[in-house]
Amino acid sequence: MGVEPEEWRTPSRQLLTLRRVEVGVSALVAAVVLALAGPTAYLAVGALVTAAIAWPLVGRRYRSWGYAEREDDLLVRRGVMFARLSVVPYGRMQFIDVTAGPLERAFGLATVRLHTAAAATDARIPGLEREEAARLRDRLAELGEAQAAGL
Amino acid sequence: MSPAPPESWHRLHPLSPVVRGGRATIAVAIILIPIAFGHDSFGRQVPQLGVIALIVLAGLVSWLVTRWRIEDDDLRIETGLIRRQSLRFPLAQVQAIDVVRPGLARLFRVAELRLRMAGSSGGTARLAYVAEHEVEPLRDELLALARGARHDESPTPAAEPEPAPPEEHVLAIVPTGPLVASILLENWWLVVIFVGLLIGLAVSPHTVAGLLAGSGFVWALSMATFVWRRFNQQYRLTVAEGPDGLHLRGGLVALTAEVIRPGRVQAVRLVEPALWRPLGWCRLEVDIAGRQRRKGEGEAQRGQLHALIPVGKRSLGLELVDRLLPDRPRELTRPPQRVVWKSPFRYRALSWGRSDTCVATTSGRLRRVTCWVPLEKVQSLRHVQGPVQRRLRLASVHVDTAGRAAHATLRDRDAGEAATALEELTDLARAARRRPALARADEVRDNAACSRSVGASARPA
Repeated sequence: MGVEPEEWRTPSRQLLTLRRVEVGVSALVAAVVLALAGPTAYLAVGALVTAAIAWPLVGRRYRSWGYAEREDDLLVRRGVMFARLSVVPYGRMQFIDVTAGPLERAFGLATVRLHTAAAATDARIPGLEREEAARLRDRLAELGEAQAAGL
Repeated sequence: MSPAPPESWHRLHPLSPVVRGGRATIAVAIILIPIAFGHDSFGRQVPQLGVIALIVLAGLVSWLVTRWRIEDDDLRIETGLIRRQSLRFPLAQVQAIDVVRPGLARLFRVAELRLRMAGSSGGTARLAYVAEHEVEPLRDELLALARGARHDESPTPAAEPEPAPPEEHVLAIVPTGPLVASILLENWWLVVIFVGLLIGLAVSPHTVAGLLAGSGFVWALSMATFVWRRFNQQYRLTVAEGPDGLHLRGGLVALTAEVIRPGRVQAVRLVEPALWRPLGWCRLEVDIAGRQRRKGEGEAQRGQLHALIPVGKRSLGLELVDRLLPDRPRELTRPPQRVVWKSPFRYRALSWGRSDTCVATTSGRLRRVTCWVPLEKVQSLRHVQGPVQRRLRLASVHVDTAGRAAHATLRDRDAGEAATALEELTDLARAARRRPALARADEVRDNAACSRSVGASARPA
């Protein structure tokens, strides 16, 4: 793509682990429940097979995430089926929030989300290590302030 | 423009609580009628009179504790008896000033001034109500102050004389017949159901007819209010060009007047519903920051953008677009042939184009939507490629603006073209943002001045 920067930063490897744990645990739980309470044991096998199919997709999905800080804007790419690339100028950012759910916290991760005046802007970067999230937040806030443009 | 010296406090019109009460006022009047003309003994009316006295007292207190004044570059409103509120509205952030006159307000010859503020949290400053003869001068004063406040931020003061006298120049008046026809044609399915109901009523046996009539009546009532609301808002809508932007006035029962400043337009949209197209009609909508606040806005407007002309000839619509966005792209390019496989219904309508300051896109299945976005207003850009698009080597680029509904999308372009477009638009938007605001304002004014002569010939047929 034309706006491709020299280097993409990626979320932490921990995010991949987190996603795999999510898939694995939910498949195991589903399998156990189905095996005990389901009509046939085949459903439990089905749940495990689904997880096995999903396993490599989780990896691809993880690798699709990326962000790059350019001089005037932030690039965020994501998605395997629907590949998205967002360009958010620093001057347009209204606020940035950093959130961390309980699972994310357990892995020492956080999600950085950017908001502009447009509701359609959906730039978020999940699975950043906490120091990186804080650094990015401060950096973006600083750049946003410096380049702020009126509506 | 020198900052105005702090004025003394003003109060609103003494009849404000009466008008603001709206239905309550009517209810009080209804209670009062039997008391005034009835022959009941006075003693029996004490409870009712007590309630009325309370309402009147509440109104009086609310009027007494509310006051406003202009302080330097701010409008300050103080209100509240127990929970005292002091609101400060910086005039530099005013997006538009509307004059609203609901039915009761017209009866008492008062009007409300609404100042729309910028910013995502931007509320609306309301001065409800001000005497009718004071409204226009006050609005002009506030607008002048707003302009002055903005210019003070730049090094050169806005001392140059106004190029034209503040008289305005009418560009279009929406005719009533086409307005009714357009509302019905756009919502043709409502009409179809309505006629179907009538026929069903005529041919069906009595028991079923009763049911039909019952449900049909409720439904017809809601439909009628919907049509009425649009009609009421857009009745004889007049678009005029003034020194500070486009002036809009209209309404049947509730009159509204507002000013749209060219620099504040986030996006412009030309909508042509399927049944309008044979007639060559269109609706022109503008999206303005701070325009779509929920509070104090009619709920009918929520999902809809603000109509600059609710119905008019396509040529008139395009002429107004030229006025708002002088540098709109003239040449639009179609997507590649293979898009038929991905968007068979939309294929014929899709196209996009750009100039150095503006991007235009067209889309729509049955109704055509053309959307213009000035690049300086672009919030973010998104490049999206779905699985089908990937197979066909296509991609879309979304241009996000601060508006809610208007959204320009370069849908289903060749993948290479989309990537280039993303890059170009990013650069152009950056350049547009950086251009000094003052130069832009002058540009617009020059353009408005030279197109003034052209406008005279354009009237709706």
